[in-house]
Amino acid sequence: MPVKATLKAVVVAAGLLAGAGLGTLPARAASGGEALPHVNFSFDGLFGHFDRASAQRGFQVYKEVCANCHSMHLLSYRNLRELGLSEAQVRGIAASVQVKDGPNDEGEMFERPGRPSDRFHSPFPNEQAARAANNGALPPDLSLITKAREGGAQYVHALLTGYEDPPPGVTLMPGMNYNKYFAGHQIAMAQPLSSDGQVEYTDGTQPTVEQMVRDVSQFLTWAAEPELEQRKAMGVKMVIFLVILGGFAYAIKRKVWSDVH
Amino acid sequence: MADSMAPGAPEDGGTRRDFLQLVTASFAAVGVGALVWPFISSMNPARDVLALSTTEVDIAPIAVGSAITAVWRGKPIFIRHRTQKEIDEARAVPLDQLRDPQTDQSRVKKPEWLVMIGICTHLGCVPLGQKPTDPKGPFDGWFCPCHGSAYDSSGRIRQGPAPTNLAIPDYAFETDTKIRIG
Amino acid sequence: MASGLHESDVANPVLRWIDARLPVITMMQKEYGTFPTPRNFNYFWNFGALAMVNLLIMIATGVFLAMNYTPHTSMAFDSVERIMRDVNFGWLLRYVHANGASMFFIVVYIHIWRGLYYGSYKAPRELLWMLGVVIFLLMMATAFMGYVLPWGQMSFWGATVITNLFSALPLIGPDIVTWLWGGFSVDNPTLNRFYSLHYLLPFVIFGVVFLHVAALHITGSNNPLGIDPKGPQDTVPFHPYYTAKDSVGLIAYFVVFAILVFFFPNMLGHPDNYIPANPLVTPAHIVPEWYFLPFYAILRAVPDKLGGVALMFGSIAILFVLPWLDTSPVRSMRFRPVAKIFLFLWLIAFFVLLYCGGKPPEEPFVTIARVAAAYYFLYFLVILPLLGRLERPLPLPESIARPVLRGGGPLPVGAMSKPMEKA
Repeated sequence: MPVKATLKAVVVAAGLLAGAGLGTLPARAASGGEALPHVNFSFDGLFGHFDRASAQRGFQVYKEVCANCHSMHLLSYRNLRELGLSEAQVRGIAASVQVKDGPNDEGEMFERPGRPSDRFHSPFPNEQAARAANNGALPPDLSLITKAREGGAQYVHALLTGYEDPPPGVTLMPGMNYNKYFAGHQIAMAQPLSSDGQVEYTDGTQPTVEQMVRDVSQFLTWAAEPELEQRKAMGVKMVIFLVILGGFAYAIKRKVWSDVH
Repeated sequence: MADSMAPGAPEDGGTRRDFLQLVTASFAAVGVGALVWPFISSMNPARDVLALSTTEVDIAPIAVGSAITAVWRGKPIFIRHRTQKEIDEARAVPLDQLRDPQTDQSRVKKPEWLVMIGICTHLGCVPLGQKPTDPKGPFDGWFCPCHGSAYDSSGRIRQGPAPTNLAIPDYAFETDTKIRIG
Repeated sequence: MASGLHESDVANPVLRWIDARLPVITMMQKEYGTFPTPRNFNYFWNFGALAMVNLLIMIATGVFLAMNYTPHTSMAFDSVERIMRDVNFGWLLRYVHANGASMFFIVVYIHIWRGLYYGSYKAPRELLWMLGVVIFLLMMATAFMGYVLPWGQMSFWGATVITNLFSALPLIGPDIVTWLWGGFSVDNPTLNRFYSLHYLLPFVIFGVVFLHVAALHITGSNNPLGIDPKGPQDTVPFHPYYTAKDSVGLIAYFVVFAILVFFFPNMLGHPDNYIPANPLVTPAHIVPEWYFLPFYAILRAVPDKLGGVALMFGSIAILFVLPWLDTSPVRSMRFRPVAKIFLFLWLIAFFVLLYCGGKPPEEPFVTIARVAAAYYFLYFLVILPLLGRLERPLPLPESIARPVLRGGGPLPVGAMSKPMEKA
């Protein structure tokens, strides 16, 4: 009888969880249209971790291509240390941008070289300027993009490789591009990574479009979930600990109840 | 107590259960301890706070005999361009007259520049003495209006309840006219 | 009673000194030590304790999150991200808090289901049940306001839609909504008051939980057979029997919780809430958090504004009168073969509503949701009252101890047929 009841409780709990999952599914399916091609990333799975070399290259892609339009205002240069860059490298990258600071003692704003504690430099001072420079479209901030889009890194990868000629019968609006995986298929962003070798890698990796897309997806996932490695590692330990503790607790329960049953 | 109501007294296996309970309880205690730590740790300074722990100050505009107050980690930093008289005064004091004996030489990197955390070591008020019109106290340095501690021109405690000299932060001259604090 | 001191039998002199003046130790011993509890609980009876633990987890993580959160429209989103990125273990606190809300509803839904299946709402536990419904309502309000605080797109539009429900009220509706907002749209005043109330309500919940438990300890617990304990042979002291059993359930619950937090922290959330709130653009598909979906589906099942709102609130309000709608004197569905089927159909309707609530408001989901919503009410308003008269329950066992002593067969064969067991 208790076993049956336990089973029932588990089934109900699983049902609620599944129902919860199902309930949130429809909105997800609705946004993409096409099914996303599956790519394996190093951060998938219970023991997932970041491929730092790939993420560093991804940062390079971001810096040289994406950053012309997309901000990442939640990240600071100091965060790049977690990707394996040295203190000197981070200082150098930060110092390569001019940051507005102030007011100084004369009451004026001034520009100074960036410091590691500064946030990533944004290409536009505000939303209006960003729209004005991009035909009225706002390039979204990329700090959280893999969490803010259904499919995460898979979606980013699909979108960046999903450009093609519009199928017959589809007329693009002026300034728009056809993308298989974008909701509505018409996207204001022109294909950002379009030719092999667009970015010159220094570590010997061949900068094919597919490689650059994977690298930048890796980088953006790290940017959105910098805690991912720590979280998963802690989770594995936690679950092992709880299972052992649960075994002890169940043994005690059996002992305590042995005189009743 | 509980046993009096139990249907059958759990005589047999009692010690084994006790041992099991001991193991489980200590195991659970470890778990609870591990769970408490993130809560405590979350109250320590966050990473962005720690990252802001250096400040650069341009000291070129500070004339001899005047001072500015910079901000480092949310605290006032006194940067004083001392006159020769102030330096001489500070160096003339015998160490045995000091509550917290320190030579002036050990408190500065360059004699004319005195860089200190501008917080009274008594209970954390900001002493007066930065502006030319401020009272500087009986030792020509700083005077804390809260409880009357007086500091000399080297920032050393001379009178009043404060136990130690004004603290010196970590700093370095990046150039002759620029210092980095922290 | 001499000189007004409590006669304490605690051995430790310091504790006895305290206990004589404030008998908390005696009380705990009575209510959680020797408290006679039916011996035949199954694991469904863990979920009350689990809900209690869950509430404490939410309060603890919430208090620490509040230390780093900024309730201002221009800073709320970034302050939450700062918690995720810069505050030590901030990501853990936030994910535990966010997924803790989902866990809380899972636990409470199972707890409510337990009450429905085993008839725990029936006399003499009507008030106990009603206090539980009050807790459920407070939980919903708290969860809703908490979801607004990160100030993402779903936060903002959820707040807009839910507060606009009140505009359905005739005459005073629009004024009520303006009053709720503190302005002419969901904006900073709204965020501030929601933050204030989100911090306050959990402590109100805690108070009602105390009353809920106090009422429970007057009537005693129900049990899977739904019959009253007849004597000491039917009960065991709460400690160590149920403390041990609850510990097992608690750890199983922690395992599920940990898997959610550490491996699927955003599974039950919505990606749009990682986009900062934009009052000018509504996301294409707005849905509430999953635990509100059944009620959201009921709201949308009605093509009339006031009607939908009334039915949605009615779907919870009806639980208050459930003890009087169910006219059967038999508590446990184990002995009600017909009602049991209708109750399982009700459970299916609940899941169907949950599913439809997350779908876009188009066919066939609208029709399916209407059928399910109709059955939801039909069960409470028609089926239960009628079945109490028409259904012939199975014979009830004589006592709790007998079937258990015989090894827990499904039903006592020779037990007297006593459908009119004292309610």
